[in-house]
Amino acid sequence: MTESFVQALCHIVSRLPSLRIRPPRTGRLAALACAAVLLSGCSTARPGTEINDPYEPVNRQVHAFNKGFDQSILDPAGEAVSYLPDIVKDGIVNFSDNAGLPNAAANSLLQGDVKGTVRNSLRFILNTTVGVLGFFDPAGRIGVVESDADFGETLAVWGIAEGAYLELPGLGPSTERDAVGIVVDFFFDPLQMFGVQPPLNDTTSELLETDTIAQVGEIIVERGKFDDTFDSVWESADSYAQLRLIYLQNRRYELSGTGPQAAGPTDEDYYFDPYEDQQ
Amino acid sequence: MTPLLSRRAVLAHAAAAAILAAGAPAARAVGLAEAQALVDRLVADVNAVIASGKSESRMLDDFERIFEAYADVPTIARYSLGSDARSASRAQLAAYTDAFSTYIARKYGRRFREFIGGQIQVVTARNVPNGVEVETTAILVGEAPFRVDFWVSDASGRTKFFNIIIEGVNMLLSERTEIQAMLDQRGGDIDRLIADLPQV
Repeated sequence: MTESFVQALCHIVSRLPSLRIRPPRTGRLAALACAAVLLSGCSTARPGTEINDPYEPVNRQVHAFNKGFDQSILDPAGEAVSYLPDIVKDGIVNFSDNAGLPNAAANSLLQGDVKGTVRNSLRFILNTTVGVLGFFDPAGRIGVVESDADFGETLAVWGIAEGAYLELPGLGPSTERDAVGIVVDFFFDPLQMFGVQPPLNDTTSELLETDTIAQVGEIIVERGKFDDTFDSVWESADSYAQLRLIYLQNRRYELSGTGPQAAGPTDEDYYFDPYEDQQ
Repeated sequence: MTPLLSRRAVLAHAAAAAILAAGAPAARAVGLAEAQALVDRLVADVNAVIASGKSESRMLDDFERIFEAYADVPTIARYSLGSDARSASRAQLAAYTDAFSTYIARKYGRRFREFIGGQIQVVTARNVPNGVEVETTAILVGEAPFRVDFWVSDASGRTKFFNIIIEGVNMLLSERTEIQAMLDQRGGDIDRLIADLPQV
């Protein structure tokens, strides 16, 4: 499963060091409780191209840290990995994507997206078996591509407001709503929650549990692939403002059609007119 | 950039200024077919350069030329300058537009390079409040197809695109953010911005 460069940029930057260690399973309720508390405190998001960034001073400090981390660690790592054969790089990305599919399927279900749920489940089954634990992507070759879904999106579908913009240390650009989504996705193990036992032996199940390591691998591979795009952001006169703009626009675009913030073809807020400025 | 292009940018700017000075309202709306034809020609030109097998640096020159021919650069330049455009003198505005056109054509022309080995397909065109939105799909090697929209208008007097939106991320807003940040770095000095822009 590959992504376009904007998606990849947001995807990677939103998970910069990705120091995600698989949590104890008892943490799930705590995460949901935490989500409820956070949501009740969300700032109100404004529509259209507006940016709601009351935490900007703190966010900028976090940005400086993230930028340093990317340039000193991820950039050289990405370059080193870029010399690996494509089959290895694709394998890493495929494996990581596949390990995340149960979560995507569960979120599709929570969003009432039956097609997405079926597609993600079918993809997981096919690629885990025929695709050798997900290292290959036979499902994609017959058109069963991933239907992206995460808990931040689920919240958007449920009508929860975007909240303020956040840049998270080590995780990159986000919003209050997406930050809650990250926490919930992190603690959420859909296979266990729904009592589903995949038709796998213990060793394979254990291997799929290594998705955190795989994610780090995926991030490094894609960081190498989209090096030019990263450079263009870091070279900007204000990389914080550029990244904030790119993240918010791309995220709203991803979510459009699924939530109340979708821009219709008559939305004058979205279709602003630069010729008006001139008169 | 060749002197020819720079002259063309100045001429385009002069034309736009003349229309505005005459107080012509942007009444004539660009047609769907006309807007789509513009993007079709743009795509064909980009694809032809890619297929030409020239060296990469020659291709970049061609991409810059294509960007200047199809984009309403004076409008993009002015929008990026924001409210500072009002306080600038006529001469400053002309010099800024010229400097900006070098900067933007180079920056986005370079991005056309990503289309080498791939293709862009025009999907549809629709009327929107600020002109016509031409939706295309970019199909690049080893990547999932993604959406690129062009906003087309003839409010300048010629049918041109004035914005590119790649998966929701739009050029006008990015450039306004960038130019504002560059101005801030230079203490709001537009002349320093004009001097530095072509070197970015």
